[in-house]
Amino acid sequence: MGEFKVHRVRFFNYVPSGIRCVAYNNQSNRLAVSRTDGTVEIYNLSANYFQEKFFPGHESRATEALCWAKGQRLFSGGLNGEIIEYDLQALNIKYAMDAFGGPIWSMAVSPCGSQLLVGCEDGSVKLFQITPDKIQFERNFDRQKRSAVHKMLVDRQYMGVSKRKCIIWGVAFLSDGTVISVDSAGKVQFWDSATGTLVKNHLIANADVQSIAVSDQEDSFVVGTAEGTVFHFQLVSVTSNSSEKQWVRTKPFQHHTHDVRAVAHSPTALISGGTDTHLVIRPLMEKVEVKNYDAALRKITFPHRRLISCSKKRHLLLFQFAHHLELWRLGSTVATGKNGDTLPLSKDADHLLHLKTKGPENIICSCISPCGSWIAYSTTSRFFLYRLNYEHDNISLQRVSKMPAFLRSALQILFSEDSTKLFVASNQGSLHIIRLLEGSFKHLHTFQPQSGTVESMCLLAISPDGNWLAASGTSAGVHVYNIKHLKLHCTVPAYNFPVTALAIAPNTNNLVIAHSDQQVFEYSIPDKQYTEWSRTIQKQGFHYLWLQRDTPITHISFHPKRPMHILLHDAYMFCIIDKSLPLPNDKTLLYNPLPPTNESDVIRRRTAHAFKISKIYKPLLFMDLLDERTLVAVERPLDDIIAQLPPPIKKKKFGT
Amino acid sequence: MAALEEEFTLSTVPLGAGPNGLLGVEQSDKTDQFLVTHGGRTVILYKVSDQKPLGSWSVKQGQIITCPAVCNFQTGEFIVVHDNKVLRIWNTEDVNLDKVFKATLSAEIYRIHSIQGTEPLVLFKEGAVRGLEALLAEPQQKIETVLSDDEVIKWTKVFMVFRHPVLIFITEKHGNHFAYIQTFSSRTLSKYTLFHGQEEKSVIQNFTASVDRKFISLMSLSSDGCVYETSIPIHPRDPDENQRVVRSLLLKTVVAGNARSGVALTVLDQDHVAVLGPPLPASKECLSIWNTKFQTLQTSRELPQGTSGQLWYFGENLFMLHGKFLTVIPYKCEVSSLAGALGKLKHSQDPGTHTVPHFVNWETSRGYGFGSQNSEQSKRILRRRKIEVNVPPPAFEQLLSTIKKDSEKDIEVELCKFLAVKRTPDFHTIVGDIVLELLGRHTTEPSFYPRNSLMQLIQTHVLSYSLCPGLMEAALEKTDVQMLQLCLQQFPDIPESITCACLKLFLSISDDSLQETEINMESVSDCSDPVQEKMDEQTEILQNGFNADEQNCDSCDRKLNQKPQDAAEETTSCPVVPKRAALLNAILHSAYSEMFLLPHLKDIPAQHVTLFLQYLYFLYLKCSENATMTLPGLHPPTLNQICICSELNKIEVSFRELQKLNQEKNNRELYSIEVLELF
Repeated sequence: MGEFKVHRVRFFNYVPSGIRCVAYNNQSNRLAVSRTDGTVEIYNLSANYFQEKFFPGHESRATEALCWAKGQRLFSGGLNGEIIEYDLQALNIKYAMDAFGGPIWSMAVSPCGSQLLVGCEDGSVKLFQITPDKIQFERNFDRQKRSAVHKMLVDRQYMGVSKRKCIIWGVAFLSDGTVISVDSAGKVQFWDSATGTLVKNHLIANADVQSIAVSDQEDSFVVGTAEGTVFHFQLVSVTSNSSEKQWVRTKPFQHHTHDVRAVAHSPTALISGGTDTHLVIRPLMEKVEVKNYDAALRKITFPHRRLISCSKKRHLLLFQFAHHLELWRLGSTVATGKNGDTLPLSKDADHLLHLKTKGPENIICSCISPCGSWIAYSTTSRFFLYRLNYEHDNISLQRVSKMPAFLRSALQILFSEDSTKLFVASNQGSLHIIRLLEGSFKHLHTFQPQSGTVESMCLLAISPDGNWLAASGTSAGVHVYNIKHLKLHCTVPAYNFPVTALAIAPNTNNLVIAHSDQQVFEYSIPDKQYTEWSRTIQKQGFHYLWLQRDTPITHISFHPKRPMHILLHDAYMFCIIDKSLPLPNDKTLLYNPLPPTNESDVIRRRTAHAFKISKIYKPLLFMDLLDERTLVAVERPLDDIIAQLPPPIKKKKFGT
Repeated sequence: MAALEEEFTLSTVPLGAGPNGLLGVEQSDKTDQFLVTHGGRTVILYKVSDQKPLGSWSVKQGQIITCPAVCNFQTGEFIVVHDNKVLRIWNTEDVNLDKVFKATLSAEIYRIHSIQGTEPLVLFKEGAVRGLEALLAEPQQKIETVLSDDEVIKWTKVFMVFRHPVLIFITEKHGNHFAYIQTFSSRTLSKYTLFHGQEEKSVIQNFTASVDRKFISLMSLSSDGCVYETSIPIHPRDPDENQRVVRSLLLKTVVAGNARSGVALTVLDQDHVAVLGPPLPASKECLSIWNTKFQTLQTSRELPQGTSGQLWYFGENLFMLHGKFLTVIPYKCEVSSLAGALGKLKHSQDPGTHTVPHFVNWETSRGYGFGSQNSEQSKRILRRRKIEVNVPPPAFEQLLSTIKKDSEKDIEVELCKFLAVKRTPDFHTIVGDIVLELLGRHTTEPSFYPRNSLMQLIQTHVLSYSLCPGLMEAALEKTDVQMLQLCLQQFPDIPESITCACLKLFLSISDDSLQETEINMESVSDCSDPVQEKMDEQTEILQNGFNADEQNCDSCDRKLNQKPQDAAEETTSCPVVPKRAALLNAILHSAYSEMFLLPHLKDIPAQHVTLFLQYLYFLYLKCSENATMTLPGLHPPTLNQICICSELNKIEVSFRELQKLNQEKNNRELYSIEVLELF
């Protein structure tokens, strides 16, 4: 396959935001996750836990509550006192409505799904009617002063020490009248709501129990503690054949290092998230029917989209953070070496630019042009384009002003290979093409969405010759546009699983599409059909280990001189597919990191297959070919993230 | 000097006297927690040091508790009998006694006995005895009648003698008293008639008993106010014959003769008894401590509000009714000792901690213990060393001469002969001498290492480190881990330096050499327990994700690096091979003092300490998986043993700091250009 010089980059100082809320939607099997920076992410649990949508965060919009209502409508409430509904098609905020009760701390939906209740800072609970396109205020329940039906007094005692205050972090009300509370003294308590009496008490932690979620059947629930532990409670029969059941603490799980701020309970899994930024999906083994991919523990740390773009010509990397961009120039070496060597640097990497956004909105997407002369990025309400000038070691930045009104919010930005065109996927489904001139621009064309659809395009790919533009949304097929004639060329048939990465190969103009179920398709744009190779691999099937990978492919690129090669990567491996070699079957060793030693050429040829995989760089956030023999790999070691988190509650391992 | 400390009241609810008063006080499986059974309907679990109730359970109206609740030390459950025949078994989680496990038996129960080290024993009113498990397996089984008509049980107690329970009960028939001894090792019931001697007229009012290897010393308080002692052999020569035992006067007039109210007597230790009752006919009731050896009154405490003639003694607490309240008077008896005189004896004890005896009693031998002491403690008591040495038997002389010159094979043969001979009282010293002799030859002749003989001698269970100093050193020198494991399991008095040397060896010995040795694996739990299996399946399925270490990484420090984020994954695999785990468990099981261990721990190389810490952490995680915080298996280390090195926390912190430094070093390598070849 060959030898590469790899620029191994670990200075992308990205720290994901902590998870604040999770909400599971049984109807669509989707999970909404909100983070402390206000970002809301939607994971499709049916599509291999792919993070298919996200709503960028906002500095003043700390989300404290998240819930699904009326089927698939998503609401959130936060410290700014607003109830927000998200538009899951257009990927923007449908509306924000002030609840007039101060910060919102909790939110719940009525069992029929038509009413929304929010709990506010001023102690009031407000009821909203959910109308087809909005919500309407209906009633206000003020804080009860005298007529409380029952007062359940929580024991503040904790290990003999009386804390100043015992805070109930969460309650659950079961249909049989049982109330379950979790509190800051580490207790899970069961109350009888009819009499207001404490029925049972479980002291499970030395720290706060912060979250609780009950399964739909109400036979199981999950709680999360500040020590990072998640406990599973189940309603089990007292004896093997008695009908009398009781709540029993069954399993503790320790997949977090920090506070578990939010938990959710899907029919088959316990879901937890917290300050340590991981989203953990722990399947319940007894509920998983087949021992397949879904039976494995999932720990999702990184977004399933690219935060990095690269200027191949100038060896530049653009890093996207929530509120700023960083531009780095890679170093260089003149030395050579053999496999595994670290080469002495003749020039170290440089931090060229730190570009801070204005305003409270998070950056949605960003891109640097292949020539390195343009940087574009977008927030929810503004689009920014900058021109970069390089004079020896100096770099100057010039903002291109007067962006047209339609360029307001972009979901994806892409430059053509020759850096003369800019493609912008806006929400509402339209695609804009802009010609870039020295320091200015010209709007060329806008592809309007197909009539009747409003689905936004999240992924774009341009052919190296600049003739073809491919765009994909989250569910419908991939559209291919002819840029010369400015018309829709064809639509790749829709597939069951969302697209995770797209790219068009040089020369052949074959479109390579990766889906969240780990399938990879190759579609010939000129022929408007799948290529022979794609058909072959679909017929034979991918290697089982390939299909069991648990992170999606986030980037595809090509070798400029070798049209048979496709480079793609996920968070834990990168792979160069050599289409000229035979495909591996399930008996073949898929991942073979060791060089052939003394084996004869015959064996070597027989075992050689098309998938050349390397797992050296991980977690891998970005990988691309700079030139024929040079790769750039951006890693983000978990230790570095942990080092930037607040210290966890120290648990003594030894001693008492 | 025996002393009574400040008394305190346990129950705030006044208790009725008589049958509606107090039925019994029993120990629970947790130190400092006691089950108090109120006559009538209620059982309360108290934490004595906090003077507060932890739980209270009542039977339904109409039912009546007929026998004090006890704790099953093997399961931690509580057992009570109501309406004579109905057993209820529950635990602290249960709220309502009416909903807990119930078994109705076919005969009436007199008492349930429960002590550490054995299952609860049920004594029926007709004199039959059953183990609880057997009863629960078949509750309606027929219970035989042992006692004759009109014969009723007056008093009963159970002891552990050489790890087997021995139950004694006293019956009365027409003014005559009989003692029955039920042993469980040989399943014999022997009956004795208590012969009153000269004081025929006096009526026995109260009993207590202690055990001394072969005899039960039964003490009785008679209506004349005197304490009498009767020695009853545990193993009678002829069990079928009804034998008579005579009692002798032990203490004269400890309470006023013919005291109207209740009097009570209980043995505190070998030399002390506690007596409840009025010392003079007109005086108020008192609790008095008497020294039986010197026949002196040690201390006494007046109980002006009267008492009920019930007295219980557990650990260091005496329980009695004072007026209408259950009162606890802590009792301490510190034997004067040389160490005490020199000020080297530790007096300070945190209230509420487990009561460890303050002194080693050289008169108590192995397997001997007071009813209230648990078996674990008795193990620690050093074996008796006789001053006078019996004349060694001829086989011994023969053996010694063989050891001096003959081959290992011959020695083994002679040793077998010697061990076959009946054991003399000074057997342990002789065995010690043999070992020393063997070691003596080993030092002069290094190739001579009679391993088999030594192993055989260790397995006689009479050796200790001090009886054969040098044995473990020799085994260490020979890296004989099997023998070291055996010594660690058997010897009660290994110095910490040797324990540490063993630890050092166990950590450093290669897996290959372990493979060849035979090691007792009893303490290592079955590796294929379901939890483990399930976890394994998971990691297998997990292809890339967070299963970062698919290659077996060789260096410890790398593992350490991954520790923070991979804590959960670490549960899945034991950091050491099972054989090494068995050896490390032997260390954990051995008796040591942290203070003396630590200086030696520092000699162990860092990577081995890391491995040991990882193993301890693994055990801790395994413990945490279990709700009871115990490990599976036959003799696993307990949580305390795992956690006992609180100092390890400090070491852990140091390692974390080192790790941080290491990380910082890594952080500096934020950018590199490397060569990669894909094949």
